[in-house]
Amino acid sequence: MNTETLMNTEPQYTLSVLTEDRAGLLNNITLIFSRRKINLSSLNVSSTEVPGISRFTIVAECTRDRADKVCAQIRKLVDVAGAFVYEDHEIYYQEIALYKIPTDAVLNGQNLENIVRNNGARILCVEAHHIVIEKTGHKEETHALYEILEPFGLLEFVRSGRVAVSKSLRRTEAYIKELEESNSNVLSIKNY
Amino acid sequence: MNISKLTTDPAQNASRPAERISGAEAVIRCLLREEVTTIFGYPGGAIMPVYDALHGYLDRLNHVLVCHEQGAVHAAQGYARVSNGVGVCLATSGPGATNLITGIADAMLDSTALVCITGQVGSGLLGTDAFQEIDMIGISMPVTKWNYQVTRAEEIPFALARAFYIARTGRPGPVLIDITKDAQFAEFDFAYAPCTRIRSYLPYPQLDPARVDEAAALIASAKKPMMLVGQGVILSDAQEELISFAEKSGIPMACTLLGLSAVPADHPLYVGYLGMHGNYGPNVKTNECDLLIAVGMRFDDRVTGDLSRYAKQAKVIHIEIDPAEIDKNVKADVPLISDAKAALTALSAKVHAGAYPDWLAEFHACDAIEEEKVTRKDLAPDTPLVKMAEVIHLLSEITEGSAVVVSDVGQHQMAVSRYYAFRAKRHNVTSGGLGTMGFALPAAMGASLGQSKLPSVAVIGDGGFQMTIQELGTICRYNLDVKIMVLNNSFLGMVRQWQQLFFEKRYSFTEMQNPDFGLIAQGYGIPFLRVAQRSDLAATMHDFISRKGPVLLEVVVEKEENVFPMVATGASVSEIRLE
Ligand SMILES: Cc1ncc(C[n+]2csc(CCOP(=O)(O)OP(=O)(O)O)c2C)c(N)n1
Repeated sequence: MNTETLMNTEPQYTLSVLTEDRAGLLNNITLIFSRRKINLSSLNVSSTEVPGISRFTIVAECTRDRADKVCAQIRKLVDVAGAFVYEDHEIYYQEIALYKIPTDAVLNGQNLENIVRNNGARILCVEAHHIVIEKTGHKEETHALYEILEPFGLLEFVRSGRVAVSKSLRRTEAYIKELEESNSNVLSIKNY
Repeated sequence: MNISKLTTDPAQNASRPAERISGAEAVIRCLLREEVTTIFGYPGGAIMPVYDALHGYLDRLNHVLVCHEQGAVHAAQGYARVSNGVGVCLATSGPGATNLITGIADAMLDSTALVCITGQVGSGLLGTDAFQEIDMIGISMPVTKWNYQVTRAEEIPFALARAFYIARTGRPGPVLIDITKDAQFAEFDFAYAPCTRIRSYLPYPQLDPARVDEAAALIASAKKPMMLVGQGVILSDAQEELISFAEKSGIPMACTLLGLSAVPADHPLYVGYLGMHGNYGPNVKTNECDLLIAVGMRFDDRVTGDLSRYAKQAKVIHIEIDPAEIDKNVKADVPLISDAKAALTALSAKVHAGAYPDWLAEFHACDAIEEEKVTRKDLAPDTPLVKMAEVIHLLSEITEGSAVVVSDVGQHQMAVSRYYAFRAKRHNVTSGGLGTMGFALPAAMGASLGQSKLPSVAVIGDGGFQMTIQELGTICRYNLDVKIMVLNNSFLGMVRQWQQLFFEKRYSFTEMQNPDFGLIAQGYGIPFLRVAQRSDLAATMHDFISRKGPVLLEVVVEKEENVFPMVATGASVSEIRLE
């Protein structure tokens, strides 16, 4: 997949899923997308500030209606504590990209320092053969730098999945605590 | 997952000192602690330790040896459906386990509580393509409510306690526990505490009282309300609450395929069966009512027909325990996310006494049309051979609507749904969501063991019968009280009907070449009856029903009859065809 295909035009929604830390759950969650043939443009799994609770951050390309239905089916999984759908304006989100370029290409008179500074990136390492640049940002931003660096002859490019935190006032710990004390699942089905 | 945090708290079990037993024996002990009395299964290498342990508990646990694992899982389903309990089955790894999949998928779609226990190769062999190793967790994931692989004996009480809790609570469903052979052999200190809570799984949503008021207001202003009753009513044991709500509010009730038997067929407010081959009135009136109250049903496409032309004029109240069903197919104006019993009780208290005589009369007018165009021809036909409808109608009369009827999939299933006048809850057992041919024979075995009072009548087509015919061996071995009725039209009738209606009568591979069912019955030592003439039907049917123990009745029916009414695929419910 080249990065052009990543610049999709389908609407995107970010799902944030809080789960028990359980092997196999990744499969369980992705099956719910794949059975509806929904493409995921990124998926990230990480621990949270609550021990034993993981967070899946998933970016799906589909309509709002389908995102909501998928989210409800994810919530239904026994080991899922909560699942929420967000539009981009409801979250703070970032991705990280790494660019590996040949050192000699840079030595040929190009002003790498300026490029890095102007793009809010940083140089991760400089080796005899290659230089690695790191940039954090939205996809458009990491893609813009990709286009600038491409003429240097990129050796390798990689971009992480999106990570996001919501703009809501929710605290994960308080949410899980409430769940633990709750008698019904109204809480887990409420959208924060 | 960190098991040590989740396993039973030893302090809670202070009264029961831990005992050192094998994982295999622990499986049996867990089943006994969950009050399981009957299990269905088939042995093999990777489950042998459990079978060995079972041998010491035969006085307490009834194990039914089936002839094929698909038989075990369908039997467990039949057992669960009639008893409202949890069906349990046991199978070995690899092919034994994969043979369960159809039944597990069926239970998933029809919300049936099952605990399926499969053996697995030793944990050291996992992932190596070892003999009879299959990734059962991966395979069963999309068709189970929950699954878990046990690789250490210590996990067994935790896994089984959770399995039973998850299978039977909330919207019920199948759970699979895969246990490696080394975990079955290993010894550990056994202690059991049932699971009562999982923080990420809270199965009983609390009814929102504000929503109940909104629903009551919608009901108060409705002129033409109707209720769509699904299996949720049966699963939450809310038949009485449903009837009292209906009788107070005066709202007519229609049933989905799995909802049949939730409402006695002779109830004055019962207006019939919904869906593709349902009754004329409830289908047509769905698109004329001003309020739909869906109770424990999920607006399956076999009920709704073309969604874009489904009940657009009506407000919708959706009573449903599974939040993921709300707005999935039909948008709810007022969702009542709740167990059906709680919601109906709350709603009953808020509604005014009402009656809709004119509206009910509209249903009856439809019934008269259906009677003339369909039912009369079905029940008093001039065909040389009997029709399925006649047979089922007679069965219904002779058993007074109180047999447990387990139907397979096809035209005969629709004949049961239309013509068996169910009188009591949990008497209708059929494969709805998955439409699994071969379901009825093994499910009827389970149904006969899940309740002992009533005969279980399996109604099957000649096609479906041959899909799980080997279970005659189980019926014979245990002398199960299953009355098997094969409606033989020498066709895969339902498919043939579609070929006739939509594929210009090209009968591509739907004509059957059947064996001599009498010889087959004889081979299994099962009494056999056969009817080929209308004049013999009544006497033979009486004989069939009055016998004790298993009996097979073959009824030779019209070869090319069609089931009507019918909502063709893509059509709207109001476009239901009567001929
Ligand atoms: C396992 C399975 N395979 C195929 C089908 C498709 N199918 C639905 S009804 C039907 C015909 C059933 O024929 P029969 O059992 O003779 O019953 P009839 O319709 O004649 O009453 C078929 C093949 C199915 N539902 N299940």
